[in-house]
Amino acid sequence: MTSLTLNHYLLASGLLFSIGFAGVLLRRNIITIFMCLELMLNAANLSLVAFSRFHIGADGLPNYNAQVLVFFIITVAAAEVAVGLAIIVALYRARQTTHVEDLVSLKF
Amino acid sequence: MSPILFWIFTALMLAFGTSVVLNRDPVASALSLVASFLCLSALFVGLDAFFIGVIQILVYAGAVMVLFLFIIMLLDLKAEKRRHFNRLTLVGGGAVAAGFVFELLHVLNSFSMGKNPFPPLGVARLDDVRQVGITLFTQFNLPFQTVGVLVLVASVGVIVLSRRELK
Amino acid sequence: MESTLPWLILLSPLASALLILLFAHRSKALSVLLSLSAVFIALGASLLLVKNATDTLTSIPWIDLGPALKLGIGLKVDALTRVMLLVVTGVGTLVHVYSTVYMAEDEGKSRFFGALSLFMFSMLGIVLADNLAMMFIFWELVGVSSFLLIGHWFTKESAAKAANKAFLTNRIGDFGFMSGILLVWSTVGTVEFAGIQENLAKLTANPTFLTLAGLCLFCGAVGKSAQMPLHVWLPDAMEGPTPVSALIHAATMVAAGVYMLARIFFILEPSATALAVIASVGAITALMAALMATQQNDIKRILAYSTLSQLGLMVAGIGVGAWGASMFHLFTHAFFKALLFLGSGAVIHALHHEQDIWKMGGLRKTMPKTFLTFAIGTLALTGMPFLAGFFSKEAILLAAWHKSLTIFAAGLLTSLLTAFYMTRLVVVAFFGHARTDAASHGHDCPAGMTVPLLILAVLSVIAGYAGFAEAIFGKELFHHVHAAAPVALVPGLALGAFVIGTIGAWILYHPAIKDPAIFKDAYRIKDPVRIPLFANKFYIDEIYHALIAGTQDMLAGFLGWFDHFILDGVIVRGICAITWGAGYTLRLLQFGNLQGYAFFFGAGVVVLLYILTK
Repeated sequence: MTSLTLNHYLLASGLLFSIGFAGVLLRRNIITIFMCLELMLNAANLSLVAFSRFHIGADGLPNYNAQVLVFFIITVAAAEVAVGLAIIVALYRARQTTHVEDLVSLKF
Repeated sequence: MSPILFWIFTALMLAFGTSVVLNRDPVASALSLVASFLCLSALFVGLDAFFIGVIQILVYAGAVMVLFLFIIMLLDLKAEKRRHFNRLTLVGGGAVAAGFVFELLHVLNSFSMGKNPFPPLGVARLDDVRQVGITLFTQFNLPFQTVGVLVLVASVGVIVLSRRELK
Repeated sequence: MESTLPWLILLSPLASALLILLFAHRSKALSVLLSLSAVFIALGASLLLVKNATDTLTSIPWIDLGPALKLGIGLKVDALTRVMLLVVTGVGTLVHVYSTVYMAEDEGKSRFFGALSLFMFSMLGIVLADNLAMMFIFWELVGVSSFLLIGHWFTKESAAKAANKAFLTNRIGDFGFMSGILLVWSTVGTVEFAGIQENLAKLTANPTFLTLAGLCLFCGAVGKSAQMPLHVWLPDAMEGPTPVSALIHAATMVAAGVYMLARIFFILEPSATALAVIASVGAITALMAALMATQQNDIKRILAYSTLSQLGLMVAGIGVGAWGASMFHLFTHAFFKALLFLGSGAVIHALHHEQDIWKMGGLRKTMPKTFLTFAIGTLALTGMPFLAGFFSKEAILLAAWHKSLTIFAAGLLTSLLTAFYMTRLVVVAFFGHARTDAASHGHDCPAGMTVPLLILAVLSVIAGYAGFAEAIFGKELFHHVHAAAPVALVPGLALGAFVIGTIGAWILYHPAIKDPAIFKDAYRIKDPVRIPLFANKFYIDEIYHALIAGTQDMLAGFLGWFDHFILDGVIVRGICAITWGAGYTLRLLQFGNLQGYAFFFGAGVVVLLYILTK
């Protein structure tokens, strides 16, 4: 425990991911499920940044490819949230509910 | 980053994450998520990824979560009443999550590369933004432009999706 | 000169048949003329061949596919052939002459003579063939001609059915025949008689094969010569015109089986099993046919069963090794059986197509010439001493005595029964008073019909004598005829059978036809002796019908069930049900519920990770 290793960060990332996934499976409200989805994305980001710091190149700098990927993930997540919420709003207008068990019109 | 800080921030992050999952009130969930993001950003900074840490606060906590809160207010969502939890769902979800955690531990156990501590940086001062910018605009220019188009498409999509039907 | 005569004999009836059937059938007179000329040419050529008595063999290669398959069209003339040629062309000519009068008013006269010429061509083909394949081809052709002639009055349903029955029953026998030919060919490598005889060692090396081949070849004779169990077609074949019955179903076609057995005797000889089977089949046929004949009331049927019985005797003769004696009996039988049939034809013609013997009577006085010839024929058949039949039958019985006493006993009993039923026929039909109007108007027929009868009568008397027969058979063949050592008891027993049979029938029937008590009314006259088993032909036809109809019904029922339950139910609807069921089951996976899908996502990922990181 004296010095941090990569595994520590990966463990943290993995636990956060599990919490987020459990939330997706267990919550009833669509908005809350969406938020848990964001948790999962961020767990991935943490893992990426840890790896970026871990791989030091020949010039003594971290490997910035991973950080660029994190940048893109954040951007895309933002766009996705925007569109997703717009859909949820449209759904709320049509069905007057955000309870996920009421949205089962695709059931066989 | 000293281990103590790491553990504190990690514990806080996980606690707030659990709060997101367990809270009945959506607003409380959203705010817990914001707090979680803050702790995550701290972890980023601890990993010498300053630019990413700032971006995390600005974009995620500042824009995305604000949008979430707007929508929650717009839809006027109330706190969930306690409903009967389906036993099967609980067990299933819990099993999958637990299985994932179990496998995570198993993998990390056998990940020998990860047991090494972080190597020290080769420079005294890390010009983080500059480095990210160089990588982004030289190696990853095309994806960068594409993401720009994607954001444009998302904006247009949002406008189209939220139109009311003209009577 | 010698080698062209066989071709002339074979081809002139063919030319006549083709000309009649293709061109001349509109003119009846022309058809008759063509047919008669063809058969006279054939007769003349045959007589020449008999006079010169040299053996020839001409052959044209036909199919040549290398060492495996070489078939030729060949004409072989030896002693056996000459005998058969004389029989076929001789009786054939007489029947042709007879038919000009008998069929004078028939509508299909040209068709009749065309078919007769076709038959002559086919029969002569069998007689002259030098290899089994050619014989088989002409065998089938004879079957076709028989079909055409039995069904000559095809508008009559019973005639059409009888023609079908004859052809189909023959086909069954021919299947066995073909199997036999193939068996021989596969072992020996050739189908020519000469070639088989040379390479016989290849066949005798494998005794089971030899017996099997012999029995299969015998099947052909069972079909063509109407042995049990394929005898059922011959009595029904009497639906054809009487000249046809005389020529085909008495003298020549049915004798083809016996001729074939004599030709291939060298294949049968090494196999004692085959010969035993042949002898038994012949003896059984002879006995059963004789029993059936005692209860028939149609004049032609009685003669048909008599033919069956005599053929059985000939086949039994082959079975005990006396092929020469069988050929001799065939020779004499042809004459007196043809005579009997033509005589019955004269009676039928005179009585306006009345065939029931109980509706005849008194013909002795009204048709004297017919009665005389018929009586001679009967006595020849039943084995009166000094007539032809006595000598030929005695030859077979002698051979049977030396080989197997059971066969001898069967033959003796058959002779007794033959005498019985033939005397019954003559007594009931010709003696007493005319019992119906038609009978009282009977008269002798025109010369065209009577002359052949007289010629045949003469032949029936002299054909048995050594001088005449030896001249025709040739010294060597005739020696075969009388190969068995004479035993004094045999002629005595044969004579005894003849006497007992004749006198027994006379005692039983002569008073009966004079006694008015048997007249129930003018049209229902009772036979004093009635045995239903014999009268109904041992119910063999009914058994066959039940077997075939029964098997068909069973098969149809099974197939119907199979189609309904298995093809329709299990396979078609089963597949449909499986598909529907699978679809229904898989549909249950579509929850419509977001978290359900997410669950399966996660579960899948967990499993995948487990596999990847194991």
